[in-house]
Amino acid sequence: MRRSPLLALYAAFVFAFIYLPIVVLVLYSFNRDGVGGFPPRHFTLRWYTELFADSAIWDSLLNSLMVAGASVALSLALGLLAALALDRTDFPGKTLFRRLVLLPLILPGIITGLSLLMFAVFAGVQLSLITVLLGHATALVSVATTELFAGLQKLDRVQEEASLDLGATPWQTFWRVTLPNLRLSLIAAGLLIFTLSTDEIAVTFFLIGRDNTLPLEIWARLRRGITPEINAISALILVVSVGLIVIWYHLRARSLGSGSQELL
Amino acid sequence: MSASPANPRQELPAGSAALLEVRALAKRFGAVEVLKDISLNIASGEFLTLLGESGSGKTTLLRLIAGFDEPSSGEIWMSGERLDLLPPYKRRVNTVFQNYALFPHLSARDNVAYGLRVKKVPANELSGRIGDALRMVKMQDFAGYRPSKLSGGQQQRIALARALVNRPQLLLLDEPLSALDANLRKQMQSELKSLQREIGVAFLFVTHDQEEAMALSDRIALLRDGALEQVAAPREIYAQPATAYTAEFIGQTNLLRGEIRGGIVTCGALRWPLDQADGPVIFSLRPEAIRICADGKPQTSEAKFRASVRQQFYGGSSELLEVDCGSAQTLRVRIPAHGPLTGEHDFVFSLCDAIRVRE
Amino acid sequence: MYSRAYKSLVSIPPIAWVGAFLLLPYALMFVHSLWAVREGVIVHQWNWENYKTLFTNALYAEVLLRTMRIAASVTLCSILLGYPLAYYLAFHAGARKELLYQLVIVPLWVSYLVRGYAWKTILGSDGVLNGFLQYLHLTHEPVGFFLYSPFAVVLMLTHIYTPFVFLPIYAALEHIPRPLLEASEDLGAGSVQTFWRVILPLSMPGLLAGATFAFVLSLGDFLAPLLVGGPSGTMIANVVQSLFGAAFDWPLGAAISVGILVITISLLFLSELLEKRWAFK
Repeated sequence: MRRSPLLALYAAFVFAFIYLPIVVLVLYSFNRDGVGGFPPRHFTLRWYTELFADSAIWDSLLNSLMVAGASVALSLALGLLAALALDRTDFPGKTLFRRLVLLPLILPGIITGLSLLMFAVFAGVQLSLITVLLGHATALVSVATTELFAGLQKLDRVQEEASLDLGATPWQTFWRVTLPNLRLSLIAAGLLIFTLSTDEIAVTFFLIGRDNTLPLEIWARLRRGITPEINAISALILVVSVGLIVIWYHLRARSLGSGSQELL
Repeated sequence: MSASPANPRQELPAGSAALLEVRALAKRFGAVEVLKDISLNIASGEFLTLLGESGSGKTTLLRLIAGFDEPSSGEIWMSGERLDLLPPYKRRVNTVFQNYALFPHLSARDNVAYGLRVKKVPANELSGRIGDALRMVKMQDFAGYRPSKLSGGQQQRIALARALVNRPQLLLLDEPLSALDANLRKQMQSELKSLQREIGVAFLFVTHDQEEAMALSDRIALLRDGALEQVAAPREIYAQPATAYTAEFIGQTNLLRGEIRGGIVTCGALRWPLDQADGPVIFSLRPEAIRICADGKPQTSEAKFRASVRQQFYGGSSELLEVDCGSAQTLRVRIPAHGPLTGEHDFVFSLCDAIRVRE
Repeated sequence: MYSRAYKSLVSIPPIAWVGAFLLLPYALMFVHSLWAVREGVIVHQWNWENYKTLFTNALYAEVLLRTMRIAASVTLCSILLGYPLAYYLAFHAGARKELLYQLVIVPLWVSYLVRGYAWKTILGSDGVLNGFLQYLHLTHEPVGFFLYSPFAVVLMLTHIYTPFVFLPIYAALEHIPRPLLEASEDLGAGSVQTFWRVILPLSMPGLLAGATFAFVLSLGDFLAPLLVGGPSGTMIANVVQSLFGAAFDWPLGAAISVGILVITISLLFLSELLEKRWAFK
C-alpha cells in the first residue's frame, strides 16, 4: 500500500467538510442559547421536549410515513415488473422505455413535480396526499427498477430452468424461485425508497394539498424563522436515516456480493 | 534426515558474467515465509527458468526482482549496484505480465511506445524503435489496433514488444504462455527461444510446466516451498536429479527406497552391488532406463529383476508398462513399441542409471 | 422460456405507468408552454410568445447565466473534492477502505433539507461560523457574504453533490486492473505519470457520469437558493417556481421548464456519447 500523507490529509479535510455541518447541527440542538454563536454553552433538552409536544410536527410525520409506506408498495410493485420487463422481454421502444423509467433519477425534481401538477390539473384532481404519493412513486420507481434489475442479473437463470424442468409452472417458479432470490434486493430497495420518500421535498412542493408531509412542515417553519426545535427534529431525522441507510448498505452488500459499488 | 541445503551448488554457463545476483533473499507475508534464504545468479544473455508448483514462491521471487514487493531480508544486485533499493520505474528490468496488462485505452503502437514516451525519447528515434520492436514480434500490421481487438497470442506479442523496446538488461516473464491453448503455446515457445537467442537479453522465465522449462532454458532453478531445490542445466537436472522431489517433478521416474548392507543395495525385489556405506537409500530410476531382458543373462554392470505386466499404455512410438515386482512394489517401464505384453518377464537396467538422490 | 402472457403481464403495467405519469405530463407541459395568460387567467391561445420572451428578455438571460455559473462551480468543486477522496480510498486506504466508503455513502442519502438547514444556521450573521471567527478574534464583525449569496448556494450544493460525484469515480478507479498500474511502473513511469497516462483516462467515464449528475441537478435546483441564496442567489428554477406561484404565469413557467428539460436531456445524451467513446472495454 502506498503512503501519501498529503493526500490523507486532504481526504480527512473532505470528510470534515461532509460531516462538520451535520455535527454542528446536532450539537446545537442541545444548545440553550439558540442556533448561532460560538461556542455552544448550556446543555438543554428543552428543544426536544418542545418538539415532542408539537402536534403539527407529529401529524406531518404521520402523513410522511403513510405516503412513504404507500410509495414503497407502489414503487416496488411497478419496479419489479419494470425490472422483469427489462431483463426478459424485448419490444419496440424498449430503449425509450428504459430511459424514461430512469429519467426521474437525474431530472431536477421541479420538472417532475411541475409536469405532474399539470397532469393533476388536466385530470381535474385536487392536490392532496394522494397526488404526493403519485409524485413520489413516479420519482422512485426508477430506484426500485435499478436495484431489482441488478438483483435479477445476479440471479442464475439456471435455477428457473431447473424449476420448470421439475414440473413447476412459470407462475409457481416466480413465487418459489425468483421472488425468494430477490428478497434481499426487495428489502434493500424498500428501505431506500422509504428513506427517500420521507425526505422528499422538490416534487412534493408542487403536489402538496392541505396536509403537510414532515419536510414541508419543517420548510414552512423555516419561512417563519429558525428555532433550535428544527435542529432537534433534524437531528432525529438524521439518526433514523443513518440507521436505515446503514442497514440498507449491508443488505445490499449481502444480496449483490462485493464489488456492487455502483451508484444504485 | 536433514533438509536440503539452503543454496544448492550452482554453476553459471561457461564463460559468462553474473548479471543479477540474488543474495540470501527472504520474504514473509505476515506469519507465512514465502521465500527462504534464496541465493541465485543469472548470467547476461542467459535463459533461466524458475520452475515450481503454485505456492513454491516463484512468482514472489519474480515480483521482488521487478520491484513490486520488498524483500523481508537479503539483497538483490545487478551489474554491481543494489537493485532492491530502487523503485520499479528506475530498474533496468522489464516484465511481461501473466495476463499481459496491456493498456486498454491505447493502441498496440502506443502501448509499445509507453516506456519510451515516459523517458521522453525524441520523436524520430521513437518511431524507429517502435517499428523495430513490432517487426521483431511480427505485429507491424496490427500497430493501430486496440488490445480488445487482438487475440490472446497477439496481445502476448505486443506485451513482449512493449517490454523489449526499452532495451532492459533483464526481461522477466510471468507464466506468459499459460493462457494460450496447446498448439499456440508450442509455437510461441519456439518463437520466444529464437527471439531470446537473437537479441541476447537475459530472460528470467517463470512456469510450472516442466516440459516447457526443459525445452526453453539454459538453466532451470527448481523451487519448492520457497527454497531452491536444484539449479542446473536441463540435461543435468534430468540425468542427475539431486533429490527425490526433483526426480519426480522433472520427467517421470521410479523412486526406489531401500537400504545398503554390506555393499548390496536392496530395494524391494531389486538387488545390486554398490560400494557405499551402510544405511537407508533412495534411488531414481527413469522408466526408459529399464529394458526387457531378451536373453536372460544380465551384464556385470546391469541388474535384473522379474516382474509381471499389470497395465500397458500404448503411446505411439513407445509403451508405458506398469509392472508388479511382488510385495506391492510397482515400477513403470518405458519400452519402444512392442505389441501387447502379458505375464511375467525379465527386466534389466544399467547400474549407472540408478541415481542416488536425497530426500 | 417466457410465454407471451408472462411478457405482457410484466411489461404492460410499467409501460402504462410511464406513459401516463411521465410522457403525458411532459407533453402537457409542452402544451402549456404554447398558451398565454390574459388578465390573470390561462387562455388556450396557441403561440410561441413564451419562447420568444425566454430568448429576448435580458432578465431571464441573466438568471440563466448565473445558474449555469453556479452549476459549473458546484461541479468543479465537487470534482476537486470528490476525485482525490476517491483516489485516496481506491489506492491508499488499505484495510479501512470499506469502512471509509460507508462513511461517504451514508450522508449521501440523508435528508437534503437537513443538510441545507445546517448550512443556513452556520453561515448566517449570527451563525456558527461568524461566531467561531469572532471567538478566535479573527474578525470583529459578522461577515455578510457567507449567507444569502451565490457563494452560499455553491457551498451548500457542493456539500450535497460531492458524494454523488465521488461514487462513479470510485467505482471506475476500483475497476482499473492493478496489473496495469504495475505495468506502468515497470515501464518507467512514477506515480504522477501513471496517474496522467493510465488512471485518469480510464476513470474518465466515471468522472463524466458524476459531473453530469452534479451539473444537471444543480441547474434545476430551487431549494438551495430559497434556503441560503437570497435575492442575489436566485436561480432559474426559482423563476419557474414563482411563475407557478405568486407571479402567476403558468405558460411562461412551462416554457422555461421545457427549456430546462431540453438542456438536461441534451447534456445527458452528450455525456453518454462521450462516455461510450472513452469506455475502453
